[in-house]
Amino acid sequence: MLKILGYPDRYSVAPGEQIAFKVSLEEGTHFDARIVRVIHGDANPAGPGLKFRHVPSAADGRHAGKPQRVDAGSYMAVENAPALAAKAFTFFAMIWPTLPERRDQTLLAQWDAEARSGLRILVDEGRLALVIGDGRGVARIDGGKRMLTRQWYSVAVAIDPAARRATLGQNPVGQYAQVDDRIEIELPLEIAPAAARVPLLIAGCPQEDGTIGGHFDGKIDAPMLCEGLRAADLHRTLLEAGPGSNAPKFIARWDFSREIETTRAIDMGPLKLHGELKQLPARAMKGWNWTGEEHDWQRKPGHYGAIHFHHDDVYDAGWETSVALTIPEDMPSGPYALHATCGESGPEATRESYIAFFVRPPRLSKPRGRRPGVAVLAPTCSYLAYANHAEHITARGAELQMGRLLTFGHIDLYMYDHPELGGSLYDRHRDGSGVAYTSRLRPNLNCAPAYHSWLGGHGSALYQYNADTHLFDWLDHKGVDYDLITDEDLHEDGLDLIRDYGVILTGTHPEYHSTQMWDAMKAWIDRGGRLMYLGANGWYWRIGFHQTLPGVFELRRSEDGIRTWEAEPGEYYHSFNGEYGGLWRRIGRAPNVMAGVGFIAQGFDLSSYYRRAPDADNPRAAFVFEGVTDEIIGDFGLVGGGAAGIELDCINTDLGSPPNMLRLASSEGHTPMIMLVNEEFGVVPPNLGGDLNPRVKADLAFGETPAGGAIFSTSSIAWCGALSHNGYDNNVSRITWNVLQRFLNPKPFPTG
Amino acid sequence: MTYRIDPATDRQYIEEFRRQPIGHHSPGLARLLTVMRQDPTGRQVILVCRRPFREWVLGEMPARREDPVAIEDGPVFTSREEAEWEVFRRRWQKLTGEAINLPYRE
Repeated sequence: MLKILGYPDRYSVAPGEQIAFKVSLEEGTHFDARIVRVIHGDANPAGPGLKFRHVPSAADGRHAGKPQRVDAGSYMAVENAPALAAKAFTFFAMIWPTLPERRDQTLLAQWDAEARSGLRILVDEGRLALVIGDGRGVARIDGGKRMLTRQWYSVAVAIDPAARRATLGQNPVGQYAQVDDRIEIELPLEIAPAAARVPLLIAGCPQEDGTIGGHFDGKIDAPMLCEGLRAADLHRTLLEAGPGSNAPKFIARWDFSREIETTRAIDMGPLKLHGELKQLPARAMKGWNWTGEEHDWQRKPGHYGAIHFHHDDVYDAGWETSVALTIPEDMPSGPYALHATCGESGPEATRESYIAFFVRPPRLSKPRGRRPGVAVLAPTCSYLAYANHAEHITARGAELQMGRLLTFGHIDLYMYDHPELGGSLYDRHRDGSGVAYTSRLRPNLNCAPAYHSWLGGHGSALYQYNADTHLFDWLDHKGVDYDLITDEDLHEDGLDLIRDYGVILTGTHPEYHSTQMWDAMKAWIDRGGRLMYLGANGWYWRIGFHQTLPGVFELRRSEDGIRTWEAEPGEYYHSFNGEYGGLWRRIGRAPNVMAGVGFIAQGFDLSSYYRRAPDADNPRAAFVFEGVTDEIIGDFGLVGGGAAGIELDCINTDLGSPPNMLRLASSEGHTPMIMLVNEEFGVVPPNLGGDLNPRVKADLAFGETPAGGAIFSTSSIAWCGALSHNGYDNNVSRITWNVLQRFLNPKPFPTG
Repeated sequence: MTYRIDPATDRQYIEEFRRQPIGHHSPGLARLLTVMRQDPTGRQVILVCRRPFREWVLGEMPARREDPVAIEDGPVFTSREEAEWEVFRRRWQKLTGEAINLPYRE
């Protein structure tokens, strides 16, 4: 089991800036740390092995440590709420429970956990319930009938503390034969709830240990509080007709369709009891009254008044800083990690952790010195999209997809035991809804050197970050001077960040891009940039960063593509920025428009090789093959045993590949497990696999751009895993080097 | 009805799997593995790596997410292929009642 883990407060840090590391220990009271330059994170003995270069710094040495935990679960908090139980009141809400069978799910709480006083309205094993405390005892009543999953209910709870009576109303919006789930019941209360002067919470409740627990899983729409005892059907009347002259005296009337891009929950009532949303519940969710007439929440916000809360939502783990470091002004840009250890590792436990971060070039506003001609764009958005990727834990069928047993290292076992770390954009919440937000303010256990995945091809089994260390290693071996920039840097700085680089190298799987990132990269290419796309399935999903919160972005898996969950119809627009989400291809910007190639196939067992294609003999591509006469390219490699594998791209002019792209080589001989991707067929063909479908291939591609720049695309995630073969002396390494050297030559490429 | 394993028909693929547990398999072996790798109970056999690239044991994820992973003390495998063979043998016996008394390598 893993005994030490942590996360940095930022993935990208500039010289002169501070980075803070938050570490948690499962045992012991201290840990030893040092900063290392990450060269090669692949422990596979068939390759160069682990390579780190110690960088002495102020972070070196022994540091105090302790267990730190993640208090997962989203909720809304109102700090200045009046004590509800001071007099009679009624609570209304429309709710859509998604895990009703779970116990103790709070709809509304004003609860003093230490004194055990106040009140809680909840869904408890499917039943609408009320818990009250007077500081001496706790009493509970419930309505006795279970709610159905994923059905809207109008709930009403009227409480008269003086008379010690309460009325529970549970009215389903949908009507079904043979289902008895409606209640309207008045019950006596054994005790009167204390008028607790504590914050009012929705979808969470304070616990005695200081955390917030008792979370609700599901949607809540239009919660209201009224003075006095009100009939259960008043809520729906108010929602449909609006508060008119006969409206009751509102205590609060929250409208979740307002300020959807923010973490504020607006109270339309007289007291302005605005709530603050914690741990990022999902917004821009269809409400109880959504009809399908409008799919864009910005055009009909009144139909998007729901917030979907999950007990396993997490935005910010909020751990204390364990060690911080100010990056020296002369620290070269590149990949680094805090190597933290708390003892010896063995078969039963791993007692070391590499907490990855990147030193970027100086900020644009600072003196930047002379920069290298090459930049590596670390796909940190893709690293975050896959943060704590746990399909091997939750998705039965993953073994079938991999074509081999699912491997669990100590990190995976820790992930199994700690779902509160939060899932990846590939995972579902416990209630089955997709994880649409991912944050870097939490441990990202599979984004680290030395992590070997259950995914990523037989052999080294690397994916994302650690697969990219194959490229870091090759650049180091070749002595290439480069700057490292991250996706988040590109999103924030735009074209200005990359304007002066002649060449940009991608990682192996740069899949997730914001509009700002996409626009900046395309503008750079259109101005003559030379792109070396050293992977596949890039520029695939569109994401949207939160506009005020740092380090978090959103994905809606809408319409099409390889989807491990599907966004609900009507929920295709980002809540963070209002953009239409999903595949870039679905908004007319297929990957081919950017990189000359686009996604065609994927599979995770074995990789294959490329065979030279006729375009390899085109004089325009002569520089690519200088010193390479082989017919077969890349029939070796650490990722699946070949340079063509895992995910593959191909040229397709119909999708936007420039007509001048040369197909230099194409892969062949793929296994049946490498299959055509969903968006490439309408009618499901029986020959999806690479053994029967000729479209399952990676195209090694090159083309000039009108501004004298160029694009070189390997179209395979496994390409970089072949770079180190035979002491870095092989045709994959040679081709990559040839392209880099020519791309660094400022001489414009001929445009015709 | 989906395909049901027939020992008389499928026995021919045992040796193919033993020769290459992970790799490019014949359609017949691929069909056999597809059936063997589905467990309607929701349990999932996993490979627990104790020392990277050196030492593995088998484990099982329970059907209920809240329950712990069960990890076997042994056998200890020195390659992933060796573990694949052991799981294949176990699944074959469970599905057909027949034991395969062959080691991964002679």
